Amino acid sequence: MSEAPPNRVKCEISFQVNGKLVAVRSYPMERLLDVLREQLGLTGTKEGCGEGECGSCSVLVDGVLVNSCLVPVLQAKDAKIITIEGLSEGARLHALQQAFLDCGGAQCGICTPGMILAAFHLLSKKPQPTTEDIREGLSGNLCRCTGYAQIVEAVAEVGRRGTGG
Amino acid sequence: MSTSGIVGRSVPRLEGRDKVTGQARYVDDITLPGMLFGATVRSRISRGKIAKVTFGPGVDWDEFVVVSAKDIPGKNCIALIDDDEPCLTDGTVNHPEEPILLLAHPDRRLLPQAVEAVSVEYEPLPAIFSIEESEQQSQIIWGTDNVFKSYLIEKGDIDAVWAVADYIVEGEYTTGAQEQLYIENNGMIAAFDPQQGVTVWGSMQCPYYVHKSLVKLFNLPGERVRVVQTETGGAFGGKEDYPSVIAGHAALLAMKSGRPVKIAYDRMEDMVVTTKRHPSRTRHRTAVSKDGKILGGEVEFTIDGGAYKTLSPVVLSRGAIHAGGTYHWPAIRIRAKAVATNTPPQGAFRGFGAPQSLFALERHMDRIAKVVQLSPVEIRRRNFLKPGETTTTGQTVDEAVDLGKLLDRAMQLSDYSAKKERFARENKESTRKKGIGIASFLHGAGFTGSGERYLSSVVGVEGYADGSVRVLVSSTEFGQGTNTVLCQIVAEALKVRYEDVSIARPDTQEVPNSGPTVASRTVMVVGKLVQSAALGIRHTLEASGLLGAAYSAEEFRAAVRAYVAKNGKFRSLAHYEQPEDIVWDEQKYRGSAYAAYAWAVYVAEVTVDLTSYSVSVEDFVALQEVGRVLHPVLAKGQIMGGIAQGIGFALYEKVIWEKGRMQNGQMTNYIIPTSADLAPIRVYFEELGNVHGAYGAKGIGELPMDGPAPAVINAVEDALGVPFNSIPLLPEDIFDALTNKRERGELSNVTRDHR
Repeated sequence: MSEAPPNRVKCEISFQVNGKLVAVRSYPMERLLDVLREQLGLTGTKEGCGEGECGSCSVLVDGVLVNSCLVPVLQAKDAKIITIEGLSEGARLHALQQAFLDCGGAQCGICTPGMILAAFHLLSKKPQPTTEDIREGLSGNLCRCTGYAQIVEAVAEVGRRGTGG
Repeated sequence: MSTSGIVGRSVPRLEGRDKVTGQARYVDDITLPGMLFGATVRSRISRGKIAKVTFGPGVDWDEFVVVSAKDIPGKNCIALIDDDEPCLTDGTVNHPEEPILLLAHPDRRLLPQAVEAVSVEYEPLPAIFSIEESEQQSQIIWGTDNVFKSYLIEKGDIDAVWAVADYIVEGEYTTGAQEQLYIENNGMIAAFDPQQGVTVWGSMQCPYYVHKSLVKLFNLPGERVRVVQTETGGAFGGKEDYPSVIAGHAALLAMKSGRPVKIAYDRMEDMVVTTKRHPSRTRHRTAVSKDGKILGGEVEFTIDGGAYKTLSPVVLSRGAIHAGGTYHWPAIRIRAKAVATNTPPQGAFRGFGAPQSLFALERHMDRIAKVVQLSPVEIRRRNFLKPGETTTTGQTVDEAVDLGKLLDRAMQLSDYSAKKERFARENKESTRKKGIGIASFLHGAGFTGSGERYLSSVVGVEGYADGSVRVLVSSTEFGQGTNTVLCQIVAEALKVRYEDVSIARPDTQEVPNSGPTVASRTVMVVGKLVQSAALGIRHTLEASGLLGAAYSAEEFRAAVRAYVAKNGKFRSLAHYEQPEDIVWDEQKYRGSAYAAYAWAVYVAEVTVDLTSYSVSVEDFVALQEVGRVLHPVLAKGQIMGGIAQGIGFALYEKVIWEKGRMQNGQMTNYIIPTSADLAPIRVYFEELGNVHGAYGAKGIGELPMDGPAPAVINAVEDALGVPFNSIPLLPEDIFDALTNKRERGELSNVTRDHR
C-alpha cells in the first residue's frame, strides 16, 4: 500500500505495454506497479515488499529490468514496457515459462512472474550464462519456496537450448 | 500418456501454467464491485489499559466505516485451541500491535493517514519480553504462572543414571524467532449478507480453521459461513492460524458497511504483526558412558509463545517429542513448557518446534563427542535408534530404517572424512577456515498421537456427467504441490490419465473437511484417503457392470457418464480411521506419537572468512528416507526450499525486538538467502516405503527444516574450534566470540564435568 496520495493533478501518460499503446490518467508520482495492476488490469506483476527488495514487481522498461514499485509512472512515459502477460504468444509459452514448469522453478508462483522477467533480461544480455551468472543475475529476486536451484536449472536449460530471446 | 506409473513420475504442476503466465489469481489480484479497503488501528504499547480513543482532525470520518469490539455479534475471540485471543481488544492490550479498531474506506490510499489520526491514550502496565522474565513471574500476564502449557515425557529410571555415568555433559542452546516470509502478504476479502451470512476469500492454509473462527465470532450456524481459498503465495505455517484474524476483521467491516471489504497487509504490517517461529531455550544434561553410549538425559525445552496461547501447546508438543532425535535413550526426562510474554503471539512455521529442539540436540551431540573424545560421526553411530528399540515416548521403531547406513552414505556422498582431514590441515595456513558438520534427525508425519483421530478427516472424489472426476478436499495448495500429487494419486488409483483428474478449489461450501494443511500430513494422510475414495469410484463402476477389469481412459469416462446419467450424483467419500497399532496416552504422553517418521542425515560444508567473519555454505548433502517419492521434482523442490530456510534460520534471519515489537520488519533489514548466497544443494532419497501413506509415501514438508541449522553450526565449530550455541549466528557474533577469546586467551567455553 502506498503512502499518502501524490496530491498533484492527474495527467495523461502514454506508453507501450506488451506491444500495445496505452494512455492512462494518473498522478505522475503514482507507482508504475499500481497503474499496471489497477488501471490496466495486469495483475501478473506482484507486490512483495513495496521497497525494491524482493523483485516480485519486476518488469522491463525499455529493456531495463526495474522494480515497478519504485518507478513513478511518469518515468515510463513513451517507454516500451514488458510484463509477464507479454511473454507468451497466445497459448504458446515462452521457453522460459516452459522451462520453469518442467524444472520445478515455480512453487507458490508469487515470485515467478518477476523471476521469469529477470531471467529473460539476463538471457537478453547473456544468452548462454554460467551457473554463477544466473545466480548473480537473479539475486535481486527473492524466492522463499525453492531454494533457487530448480530456477537456476530452468534458466540454464533455456540458455543451453538458445531459445531465451 | 501412459496410464500406469503416474505416481513416481514428475507430471506437470497442475496450476503451473497459470503461475508462469501471471494468470493465477491471488487475493490482492481480486476486486469486487463496490469493494472497500480495510485497515487496522493497533496498540503502540506492550501492555496496558486503553483510557481514551480520539478520532483526530484532518480526516473526514464520515467517509470511514469504523468497527470496534462492540460490533462483534458473537464471541470476541479467534477460536482455535482456547479462545483466549480477542479479535479486537476490549480495553486491555497485551502486546504491541494488538488490534484495537478497524477502518474501511473506498480509497486504500487514504487509510494509512486515517490510522495515524486515531489517537489512543493508554494506562501502561509493566511488560515482560523474554523466557527468563516470564519464568521470574514478576508480572503475571497469563493464567496464574505465565505458563500456557507444560508436558512431561519420562522413560526409564533417569535418576539412577547419574551415579553410573562416566561423563555428564551439559549444554544450553537457544534459537531466535524466524519470520516465515512467504512472498505473498496476508490478505482477505469478505462479504456479508443478512440472509446468506459471511463469505471470505483469501490467502490461507486451513479453510476450516477460518470457518470455525468466523462461526464463533458471528454466532452463525456453520452453513451461513463460507470460506474460499484463493491462490496462496507461500505460507510455511504462517498462514495456519493468522488468516482467521484477518478474515474476522474483514468480515466485521463488511457487515457494518454492507459492502465487500478487502484487507491486504503490506510487508511491514505482515512482518510486524503476524506469527513467527517460537524463540526457544533448550537445556541438556546427559549421562554418557566412557565408550560414548548415552545412558540417559534430562531435557528442559522452553518456548516463548507471546501474549496469547494460540497454537503454542501444539508447537511445544512436537518440539518435545522430537527432542530425543534419532537416538536411543534408555532413560530420559523431557520437561517442556510454553510461556507467555508481551509480544505478538508466535505460531506455526515449518517444523513446528522440532527445528528448535533438534538444533539443541544435534549441537549437544557434537559437544558430547568432544567430551568423550569421539568423532561427531561415531557418537551418533553408537547411539542410533534401531528397529525394535523404543523412542522417548515408548514407541517401538517398526520401520526397517538403518540410520548407520544412511550415515555411511551421507559421508560418502559428501566426502566427509577426506574433507575433514584436509580442512584441519589447510585451516592452519588460511584466513578462510573451512569446516564440515553433520546432523541426523527425524520428523513425524501427520498430527501427533490421537490428533488424526480427533481431526477425523473426510475427503471425496466425484464423477460428473461429462465423465470427468474431481478431488474434493479442503487441503490447500500454497506451493508444495498438493493439487498435483493428489490428482496423481487419484489417476493412479483409477488407472486413468493425470490430465483426466482435476481438483476443486477449497471452498467450505463445496468440499468436505480433510483437515488442515499442516504437519506434513497431506500426502501421507489425506493422500491415502483420496486413494481410498478413488478406489470407491472404481469399485462402484465395476459392481454396476459399467467397467471391466481392464479399460482405457475413454472407457472409464464413458462408464462415469453412464453412471451419472442413471443415478445422478456420483460421489465417493473416505473417512479417516486410526490404524489399530497407533495407541497414544495423552495424559502420560506415551505411545505412538506418529504413524510414521521420515529420517535424514545432512552434511554441511562451510567457509568462515576471517576478514568479514561471514559464513558461506559451500556444499550441502541432504540424504533422507521419506518412503516412496511420488513426484521427484516436487519432492526435491520441497527439500531444497526447506534447506534454504534452514540455512537462513542458522545464519541470516534475525528478528530484532524492542519492547516486544519487531524492529526490522522489512526485507531490507530482515535478510533471507538470495540465489547468490546458496551453493548447490545435493538431494538424495532412500525409499523404504511405508504402509500408512498413499503408495508408500511419508510426510516430507517439514523434515528439511530440521537439519540444516545444526549441520551448519556444527560445521562452523569444526572450522573455528569455537562452539556456538545460539542462532541466528551472524558475522558480528562470530567476531565478538573470536575477539573475546583472543582477549581472554581462552580456547573455548565448553562446559564439561569429567568424573
